[in-house]
Amino acid sequence: MILHPGALALLVASVATAGLLLHAAGHGLVILRHWDLSSGSELQLRLERRTYLVSTLVGWVMAFELVSLFLYVFTADALAPLFRGAMCAAGSLRAAPGGYQVLVLKLAGAVLAGLWLLLDHADRQGFDYPLLRPKYAALLAVAPLLLAEAWLQLRFLTALRPQVITSCCGSLFGRSGAGLAGDLAGLPPRAAAAAFLAAAGAALLAAVALRRTGRGALPLALASALLLPAGLAAAIAWVSPYVYELPTHHCPFCLLQREYLGIGYPLYAALLGASVAGMGAGLLAPFRRIPSLAQAVPALQRRLAGAAAVLGAALLAIVAWAVLGSNLKG
Amino acid sequence: MRTWLARQRSLLDFALGSLWRRKGKNLALTAVYALTVAAVASVLFFTGALRAEAARVLAGSPEVVVQRMVAGRHDLLPAGHLQALRGIRGVGEIRGRLWGYFHDPTPQANYTIQVPDRFWGEEGQAVVGQGVARARRLAPGSPLDLVAHDGSTLRLRVRELLASGSELVSADLVLISEADFRRLFGVPPGVYTDAVLTVRNPREVSTVAAKVAAALPDTRPITREELARTYESIFDWRAGLSVIVLGAAVLAFVVVAWDKASGLSAEERREIGVLKAVGWETSDVLALKAWEGAAVSLTAFGAGVLAAYAHVFLLGAPIFRPALQGWSVLYPQFRLVPEVGPYQLATLFFLSVAPYTAATVVPSWRAATVDPDAVMRS
Repeated sequence: MILHPGALALLVASVATAGLLLHAAGHGLVILRHWDLSSGSELQLRLERRTYLVSTLVGWVMAFELVSLFLYVFTADALAPLFRGAMCAAGSLRAAPGGYQVLVLKLAGAVLAGLWLLLDHADRQGFDYPLLRPKYAALLAVAPLLLAEAWLQLRFLTALRPQVITSCCGSLFGRSGAGLAGDLAGLPPRAAAAAFLAAAGAALLAAVALRRTGRGALPLALASALLLPAGLAAAIAWVSPYVYELPTHHCPFCLLQREYLGIGYPLYAALLGASVAGMGAGLLAPFRRIPSLAQAVPALQRRLAGAAAVLGAALLAIVAWAVLGSNLKG
Repeated sequence: MRTWLARQRSLLDFALGSLWRRKGKNLALTAVYALTVAAVASVLFFTGALRAEAARVLAGSPEVVVQRMVAGRHDLLPAGHLQALRGIRGVGEIRGRLWGYFHDPTPQANYTIQVPDRFWGEEGQAVVGQGVARARRLAPGSPLDLVAHDGSTLRLRVRELLASGSELVSADLVLISEADFRRLFGVPPGVYTDAVLTVRNPREVSTVAAKVAAALPDTRPITREELARTYESIFDWRAGLSVIVLGAAVLAFVVVAWDKASGLSAEERREIGVLKAVGWETSDVLALKAWEGAAVSLTAFGAGVLAAYAHVFLLGAPIFRPALQGWSVLYPQFRLVPEVGPYQLATLFFLSVAPYTAATVVPSWRAATVDPDAVMRS
């Protein structure tokens, strides 16, 4: 265990998140079991009140998840000098088992929590709690994932030992590196770029179309779902060598460093935001047919499409700036 | 979007008004909250600045230090070892160093006596750091008598004082000539305290260190990276320990916040009851409560961070300094260079705002869902 303030903050965050989530899931379970809108009983009235509590709790969980995703990478980065061979977060995350799994779970948690909040927002637009059952079923499905993440993070942080020899990002994200990291870095840059530009272009077009015509939510969701992995792969295989101006350096974490102007922050934020907004628009599509949401959902979808378009355009602009403004040519 | 913003602005306006109506209670809570944030923030800022200071100092230190070990203890290094080091490929410059610690009984302090690479004074002269000058009230030209290893007195004259800008590393430093050093400590000619070497290619430092250990098995190479890692873990450990100790204070504050949020006064209950009776939804009251919480948190967070900044960087962290930086009679007087970034603020957020929010969310919901009818009747 490393007594680092960042690691302690992450533990506090995971305890707070897990506590709020368990509380919310407990209420969600009761609501799912006893919900009966036609009843005017005392219990039903109490359950209706509790829906507000669950929404508020999950709202905070989502906020904590997002900030903790960045704090996790930040902390891994700050811990790097403690491990022999580690130069940035890439090495710290390998210093104990589970570092990368926690990162993937945090990313998935942030996306799922964002989608759940959109579902919740749509539900509150209808007077008769139209999405109550799918919403709480989804909460019960997401909760174990976030709890597993909290548990794995605790195990990872307590297993960290400063004398461990780990790998630096140069060897981990080098083309000869083993595992997923090495595979991603070894992707042909042109193919990664083509996949990313195709996904981003398709998402942008679909978003503009949905914003204008109100149609095309499912293609937008599909393109956005592809945009997230394609964007991460492109950041590693294609964009990062341009930012570092070094063809062999593929680390996704060094993008967050001050010497590269912290370009990773706007890049990853735009990628995550555009993906969640696009997927959210598609997720809401089946609920357009519900009478009490017939007005609200299309309006919400258009707003999400607008957000996806703006964030997608920002993402493309950042990538274009990084690639075209680089001294690395070819 | 505009109506949403206008609605939030009105809610914030109402929230601030509502907080102000109970200003005694809320100001007390905000003050305690800010104090908690300031305590944790002081620890983070202070150790962050110390770490940055250590990194700056280490950046100018030699890449590898080679020490001779005898029976597990640091021993003097024969000049012949320097020749052996010269044969290692990749090694740049090699220099034998002469340095040691000297206990001066008058101010009860330890000095670091060192022979610089090229001493610019003459034999019988000394250049001293500001800490030593303060302890012995020395000025250029003053005599400095030191008791040598054989009980005789080594009489030196102060040539000049070292600039105060380098005080973190030079407070306890006394620079003298090689001949004076050997006379003071009785170190025979042909041996050194240790050796330092530069490495031509910085990526080969660990390879060179391994070669040194293989070529001279009775030595211990220490790389700059290892020193940096040691400093990092010491400062992290001290900061973490302090944060854990302060955790009790944070926990106490969270209990106070929870208690305050759950113990609604009759007046507050009536207020919420009236709001709901005139048509406010539960979600509106919840938003109002969220704004109240955000106003308290942001004010306390901002005030706490500013107070910690002033405490650490303007006043020199008088509360935490003894615990976090270590202790010595000749401790350097140095100004900390502010090192505050988004990382420290995010850490601080999770150590203060997250527990507060988690503790107040359920009581706020309870307040927001009171039944107007029941409140009016009571």
